[in-house]
Amino acid sequence: MNGAQDLGGQHGMGPVAPEKDEPYFHAEWEKRALGLTLSCGAFGAWTIDESRHARESLPPATYLSASYYEIWTRALETLLKRHGFVSAAELAAGQMLEKGREPKRILTADMVPGVLAKGGPCDRPVSAGPVFAAGDRVHTKNFNPETHTRLPRYARAKTGIVEAVQGSFVFPDDNAHGKGENPQWVYTVVFDGGEIWGEGADPSLTVSIDAWESYLERA
Amino acid sequence: MTSHSHDHDHDDHDDHDHHHDNHFSEMQARVKALETVLTQKGLIDPAAIDAIVDTYETKIGPRNGAHVVAKAWSDPDFADWLGRDATAAIASLGYTGRQGEHMRAVFNTPETHNLVVCTLCSCYPWAVLGLPPVWYKAPPYRSRAVIDPRGVLEEFGVTLPDAKKIRVWDSTAELRYIVIPERPAGTEDLGQEALADLVTRDSMIGTGLAITAGGTR
Repeated sequence: MNGAQDLGGQHGMGPVAPEKDEPYFHAEWEKRALGLTLSCGAFGAWTIDESRHARESLPPATYLSASYYEIWTRALETLLKRHGFVSAAELAAGQMLEKGREPKRILTADMVPGVLAKGGPCDRPVSAGPVFAAGDRVHTKNFNPETHTRLPRYARAKTGIVEAVQGSFVFPDDNAHGKGENPQWVYTVVFDGGEIWGEGADPSLTVSIDAWESYLERA
Repeated sequence: MTSHSHDHDHDDHDDHDHHHDNHFSEMQARVKALETVLTQKGLIDPAAIDAIVDTYETKIGPRNGAHVVAKAWSDPDFADWLGRDATAAIASLGYTGRQGEHMRAVFNTPETHNLVVCTLCSCYPWAVLGLPPVWYKAPPYRSRAVIDPRGVLEEFGVTLPDAKKIRVWDSTAELRYIVIPERPAGTEDLGQEALADLVTRDSMIGTGLAITAGGTR
C-alpha cells in the first residue's frame, strides 16, 4: 500500500540525528512494548507480514509522528482486537472484561531462549526453478495495490539487473492477507541511481532491492 | 530465576519509575493497560518479557557482529564462507535466530562502500547487531539513505571520496545484511579481539567506518 511507511526518496523528514552512545531503550514502556510484541507474535495467530501491514495501515500522521515502539504497540492492539484476544473496551478500561480467544501457544520465560534462537525462517521450497538468472535485465511492475506489498514506490516501473538469485520465500503480498504463503523466488535487483532518481542523481549511487519474482518481467 | 521472582522484579521496577516521574506518559499508560489486560487473561507471561528484554540488553548486540567482522579480517577462509553463505558462517560462531535467519554479508572495498537501510519498515540483523537504534527506524534515515546517501553519511561524520561508489541495500525481503567494513591499515599485528574493538555498530550498517588503529570512533 502507498502508506506513510513507504519512505524511500521522500523529502522534508529532517536530519538523521544519530545519538551518541544511544541506550537500547529510552523508557521503560519501550521494553514492555518489545516484549509484548514478541510474546503476542508467539501466539501464532498472525504472520510477520500481517504485523507489518497493521503497522503501515496506521494513519499517516500517526505513523510519521510515532516512535517505532509506539508503531508496534498501536499495531499490536489492532492485531489483538482483530483476532479476538482482547476487546476495545478492555484496552480502554485497562482490565480484563471478558474471556477471549485462546492462542495456540503462550510464550513463557523458559521458552524465550529457544524461541529467539530459532527465529522464524521464511524460506520455502518451490517446485519450479527461478525464471531469472544473475545478469538478466528486468523491469519492475507498475502497480499501486491498497494491500501489502514489499515493492517500494521508488522502485516501481524501473529497469535493473538481477545480481543474485536469493532463494524462494513466503510471498508477503499474499501472506499478509491470509491468502497463503505462496512462495516465490526472490532476486536482488540493482538499479543505477539515475534510473531511479533521474536528473541530478548521485552518479556514484546504485540501489538494490530484494524482489519477488512476480514483481519482475524481462526487460 | 523463577517466574515469581521475575514478577516481583518487574513490579518493583514500575514503582520505581512511578516515583521518579510522578505521572505516566500516554504511551506508558497505554502499554501498561495492554500488559495488564493480557496478563489478567493469561495470554502473556510478564517474566517472558523480562527475559526478552534481558536477552537484547545483555546477550545479543553489536559485539556479535564485531566478532564476525574480526574473524573475516583474520581468516580468509572464513571471509570466503561469509561471502558465499553468511547464514551458515555466522551460525558457526553461535549467532542465529530471530532476524538473522537469512543473512548476507556485503564487503566494503577500496572501490565501493555499502550502506544498509529498510525504507519500508525496520528490518535489521538482530542476531548480529542486536536491536536497531532509533534513527535506523525513523523517517529521516529511511527516506534519505536511498536518494542522498552521501548527505546521510556526512551527518555521521563520514565523507567518502567522490570516486567511491556507493551501493545502498534496501532490505525489502527477509534477507538481513551486515556490512563488512574495510580493515584499517596498520592492524596487521592485532589479534581478533583487538580487531573486534575497532568494529563499531555503525560500520556494520555502513553509516560508519572501522576505527583506525589507535583512533577513536
